[in-house]
Amino acid sequence: MSVLEVKDLSVTYKTMAGDVPAVRGVDLRIDKGEVLGLAGESGCGKSTIAGALLRLHPSGTKIEGTAMLDGEDVLTMSPGRLRAVRWFGASIVFQGAMHAMNPVKRIGEQLAEPIIVHKQADEKQAKVRVGALLEQVGLPARRMEDYPHELSGGQKQRVMIAMALACGPSLVIADEPTTALDVMVQAQVLKLLKELQNDLGLAMLFITHDLSVLVEVSDRLAIMYAGKIIEEGPATSVFEDPQHPYTKALAAAFPAIGDERFRRAPSGLGGDPPDPMAIPSGCSFHPRCPSAFDDCSSVNPPLFVAGEGRRAACLLVEGAHAGAKETTA
Amino acid sequence: MTMTPTAPPQQPPPPEPIPPIKIKGQRSIAWTRRKLALKRFWAVYRRNAMGMAGLIILVIIVVLALIAPLIVDPTDLDPALAQGIPFSPPSTEHFLGTDNFGRDVFAMVIFGARISLLVGLAATLVTMVIGAGVGIYGGYYGGRIDSVLNAFTNWFLVIPWIALAIVLTSLLGPSLFNIIMVIGITSWAGTARLVRAQALSVRERPYVERSNALGASNWHMITRHILPNVFPVIFANTVLTVALSILSETTLALLGLGDPNSISWGTIINESFEAGALSAGYWWWLIPPGIAIVLVTLSFTMCGFALDEVMNPRLRKR
Amino acid sequence: MGSRRYLLRKIVQAIGTLVFVLTFNFFLFRVMPSDPVQLLARSQRLSRADVAELQSNLGLDKPMIEQYVVYMGNTVTGEFGVGLQSAVPVTELIGSRLWPTILLVGTATFFSTAFGILIGIKGGWRRGSTFDTSSLMGSLVLYSMPEGWLGMILLIVFAGTLGWFPAGGYSSGGDLTGFAHITDVLNHLFLPMLTLTLGYIGEYAIFMRSSLLEVKEEDFILTARAKGLRDKSVRRYHAVPNALLPTFTLVFYSLGFVLGGSIIVETVYSWPGLGQLTYQAIQELDYPLIQGIFLLFSSAVIFFNLLADLLYGHIDPRIREA
Repeated sequence: MSVLEVKDLSVTYKTMAGDVPAVRGVDLRIDKGEVLGLAGESGCGKSTIAGALLRLHPSGTKIEGTAMLDGEDVLTMSPGRLRAVRWFGASIVFQGAMHAMNPVKRIGEQLAEPIIVHKQADEKQAKVRVGALLEQVGLPARRMEDYPHELSGGQKQRVMIAMALACGPSLVIADEPTTALDVMVQAQVLKLLKELQNDLGLAMLFITHDLSVLVEVSDRLAIMYAGKIIEEGPATSVFEDPQHPYTKALAAAFPAIGDERFRRAPSGLGGDPPDPMAIPSGCSFHPRCPSAFDDCSSVNPPLFVAGEGRRAACLLVEGAHAGAKETTA
Repeated sequence: MTMTPTAPPQQPPPPEPIPPIKIKGQRSIAWTRRKLALKRFWAVYRRNAMGMAGLIILVIIVVLALIAPLIVDPTDLDPALAQGIPFSPPSTEHFLGTDNFGRDVFAMVIFGARISLLVGLAATLVTMVIGAGVGIYGGYYGGRIDSVLNAFTNWFLVIPWIALAIVLTSLLGPSLFNIIMVIGITSWAGTARLVRAQALSVRERPYVERSNALGASNWHMITRHILPNVFPVIFANTVLTVALSILSETTLALLGLGDPNSISWGTIINESFEAGALSAGYWWWLIPPGIAIVLVTLSFTMCGFALDEVMNPRLRKR
Repeated sequence: MGSRRYLLRKIVQAIGTLVFVLTFNFFLFRVMPSDPVQLLARSQRLSRADVAELQSNLGLDKPMIEQYVVYMGNTVTGEFGVGLQSAVPVTELIGSRLWPTILLVGTATFFSTAFGILIGIKGGWRRGSTFDTSSLMGSLVLYSMPEGWLGMILLIVFAGTLGWFPAGGYSSGGDLTGFAHITDVLNHLFLPMLTLTLGYIGEYAIFMRSSLLEVKEEDFILTARAKGLRDKSVRRYHAVPNALLPTFTLVFYSLGFVLGGSIIVETVYSWPGLGQLTYQAIQELDYPLIQGIFLLFSSAVIFFNLLADLLYGHIDPRIREA
């Protein structure tokens, strides 16, 4: 039984300038204990998905499709049920280094808040649990009396992780949890996340633009571009043998020292991601694609089978694996 | 010996000089950029309902004030020459009735616009010159100068403006010039603080540092870098300051510290109050000037708020 | 430890400002074209001999520095001179008028802050709603109104035409005691208090609204919603406490303006407080009295600003530890 099953999710923001289709038909699936990494450049829609899964977008945002969390569709829940599911069914680890915490409240209070709101404990018991949570993320329990500004970036991120675990959710969505941190701290936090995920058997959706981070943490990878998933599959094989030209470029942009493939200078990808209000025709990647050909500007490729448990939305892939049957759902 | 003047050997006429391409240089680029910025600004401002409403009302009032002599005969305002029966309520002859001298209240309100607007704008000018001057000077030079100027600003911020205004006006005498200066002197500190904060942040920016490293003079830095970047911030503040200055003039006039020789909305209300309009119920004399003040102040305030929203993206509606 | 340094710095600054104000006050009256006695002479038509005598009495013929020292000394001992018209000591004149002003300004500040903040919260949380648009417009209109004029309007309508409230004064005289007296005073207090309240409620509402709008955009609000809190709880426990911080300082800093507004409001309603006294002092050009009031006014505002800084340092945890 999957923890999260998303089918054909579309999110369209309403702005003064018009409708902005940030997510255009995304399918996802995460099983218990599995980590799915979601990668892509800024503006591709990955963070939008995180917000959509808990319906945190401003009212007026059009969300279509289904998002089954533990068998219930989040997108059609009543507001009361939604509030109960938030944090308890799925929680989000925000970028803690920024202002994701209330600056005038002690972190102990903020950690205890979801526990009390979801009626999992009274104030006294909640305090005990908060102490345990802090220790779980490597912070002394007495820090619960501190205010957010008294913590370093890395410490704040740990608190955000502790907070996400407070109600014992089935799914943890990590939205760029290491992006704002120094490299050394990043490594520590990643290690912590991996350990916790392992120990607690959590299902995790790990969102970031940093592909090299994802490879370490994820079981499976999904690459997003212009609001759609353009490649997915087991993490290592996607990274080592990317099928979609975009994934190839992304992987090449994060060189590993010592790896032979990166002997030459790391390659970048020219151009910018498309404006969601002006998405190119056909394959949305074709203007920047080094391997584009004629059909690319008119045909919008769906996800073709690209190997064992892998899919990629590229006409080149269709050709290469023509006839291969899809072996995994 | 004579030389027969001969025509110089025929040469092909020199080619038409290519008209020089007008490379006006950095300045023209900067101005084109500013014009574009202005167009963009106007496009956003135009969509702000509050801002547009305020602007329209403001334009109407300013136009009325400017063409006042055309609508109203200035001699109507002379107490000695007034035609009407004193204290008469509105009639077809005098839309807003008459005052204690028999002057037409409508005429006075129209003309009062001139003084009220004049004082408001002039006092704002004084406030801005002192405030921006102190703010930029202190913020840019920093160090000792800044400490002194900042302390000075804080002192003026704390002293209640009206107490100081009362003291100064009663000592200097309530002439129009004095009132303008007094309002300016009591209001500059708020602007100074705002400008200083902005100047400090601009000073830290990389391109300013670069300019300094390249040996730019202080004057160049201030006029080319600091001022243009401080300007948007003070613009919204200026508009709100005009509103406050008009209210300040009114307050002083209501306290009897207005210029007895000029007609402003504040002095009209003050005169009506002193003449017992409250108990006698001369509402037509009392109410219209007040409504005029509210309209003008409101329009400036609405414009100021709209400007704030336009220039501060965080407050804008998504 | 840090907070004590902050405290000390603020107190020193306040004292510095006070000294500046006193010095300013002193020099202002001496640097002006004419000295206080000549100003008095102008308004009272004294003879030359009288002027000379007064000057030597007031010590105005002594060198400036000596006068300054005497002045500062007098200030410390509470000697502020005598009212020109009444020959009553300034301190006494002011003292007798203190309570009515405290009553008026105190109640007005309380109501305008309380209601202003509540209106600002409700409007800001539901931006664009009917309540928001109408309360914003209402606040803007009230903000643009001169308090004196508003007072006059209310007086004409409610005391004049409708006759619901007395047309001015503090009480109806006579021998009312106890509860009857209190009700009587409250009856007289209502309109002036309403005027002052309406005069400043707009400002607080607008400011609180802006503050709340800014806080709403912060990330921690999203975190709170994601945690499953009800909308009301997010507003109450996360948004409002943060939005209140700058509003808190605004309220204290505005006290100077409210006091200023009380001058004309008291005059319109013949409310026997400091404001009315100030108006009279201006009319009569009673300089010692004006000076005394100026000092009191400034000191009060300096004190309230200091109070604001100290209290703020206490309630904002980021400053507390700094």
